[in-house]
Amino acid sequence: MRRKFFLVGFLVVTFTAPAQKFVLTEGVITFFSKATLEDISAENTKISGIFNPGTHEIAFVIPNNQFQFEKKLMQQHFNEKYMESDKFPRSTFSGTLKGFENFKPGEQVVTAVGELTIHGVTKIVEVPGTIEVAQDRIFIKSKFMIKLADYSIKIPQLLWQNIAETIEVAVAVTFTHKPQ
Amino acid sequence: MTPMKSLFAFVSLVTISHASIAQGELLLELTKEPLDVPVIATFKGTRVINGQSVETKPRGSLEFIFSHRFGRINEGAYTLWGLDDAFVRLGLEYGITDRLGVGLGRTSVDKTFDSYIRYKLLQQHIGKMPVTITTLGTLNYKTSPKNSDSIEPIKTTDRLAYVAQLLIARKFNQNFSLQVNPLVVNRNRVNQTVETNTDFALGIAGRHKITRSLAITGEYIFRLNDKPNSPPDYIRYDAIGFGIDIETGGHVFQLVFTNSLGLIDRAVVTETTGNFWEGDIHFGFNITRTFQLTRKK
Repeated sequence: MRRKFFLVGFLVVTFTAPAQKFVLTEGVITFFSKATLEDISAENTKISGIFNPGTHEIAFVIPNNQFQFEKKLMQQHFNEKYMESDKFPRSTFSGTLKGFENFKPGEQVVTAVGELTIHGVTKIVEVPGTIEVAQDRIFIKSKFMIKLADYSIKIPQLLWQNIAETIEVAVAVTFTHKPQ
Repeated sequence: MTPMKSLFAFVSLVTISHASIAQGELLLELTKEPLDVPVIATFKGTRVINGQSVETKPRGSLEFIFSHRFGRINEGAYTLWGLDDAFVRLGLEYGITDRLGVGLGRTSVDKTFDSYIRYKLLQQHIGKMPVTITTLGTLNYKTSPKNSDSIEPIKTTDRLAYVAQLLIARKFNQNFSLQVNPLVVNRNRVNQTVETNTDFALGIAGRHKITRSLAITGEYIFRLNDKPNSPPDYIRYDAIGFGIDIETGGHVFQLVFTNSLGLIDRAVVTETTGNFWEGDIHFGFNITRTFQLTRKK
């Protein structure tokens, strides 16, 4: 009897834990390509995300066609020829924050481990970053590199001097507690 | 297995499987809503071959268009298959908004200036809107012949022509796009015994991508009120064209073969004198270069 109660208690704990969620309310993902002829950068503020500090699980969804470029033609080429945004409209990350301690004040260095999907290709990645918990808000920052070839994004030979093979990605997002 | 051990195994199994489901669940929660994806790049340029396309220039983009048609290929080796003669249009098109654009151009044939305004009424969206529709209005001013060279006086209004058209296109998949464009051409001054002031036509154009930067194109413009039995000097044909689009960064190169010397809609519809099926074909190209004039936001 006691054993059964223990089992039920355990199940309740594991099932209620995800309920405490934080949602992404503000943030920007920027990428930089530094090549011989041209530096290209684009910004996306139309991202969404959920973080569960109880389970350390985190997920991001990035609509590819919301990256804003200075040159609009470049933005069109990015969507049409490289990301194929009509086929693969979203880039996603789903994983957990390793090294995260809930309720710990101040900035913490963590590693996001999980599946990064870009251009329809999913890779297991480990991405370093920092996290700061402040009452009902959580700030996350990260900077990492993405090799285009890993996600079968091909650069035409004619443009190898314009587009870098490895792209730097910067993430700066704020999560806010969402009462259930 | 002792009861305690099996319980532990069960609990850890539940926890692990639950955690892995939950991880996907967060993502699932974020991707519940379908994304609104506008369909872009139905055509590579604002022209398909001779005619216009539904494309508008994005806000703040200035496109320089340099179009060329050479003489007839069937003139043979003496004129280097037509390459000795060149007919040119220089043009600019600017995107005021992503949907509203204006253009200016000047063509060497007839020394005609053209100005136009285009507006994208509807944009194709996946799952929402099946087609893109653009309207386009053109004003042409023919500066040739000079008043002093003309036997009878030419009024300013005589030099004007207008074109109105509706372009309807659908990008069926990543590679294939099709467009139909009914259009009406009004020329203020024509030889009314053999020509009409107002002409109607229906253009059909298609594009098929071979690689992501290379596409083949085709275009046929049916004239709907063609007059049969016109005197030889007034025999006109439907404009037909085939081409290859090559895109390299900020440039688009369109290499074309067509029976029309027209570089503006008025001339393409009403003044095409080559018989395509008898080999009256001109080689030509449209080259565009796009510049971004505005900064972000």
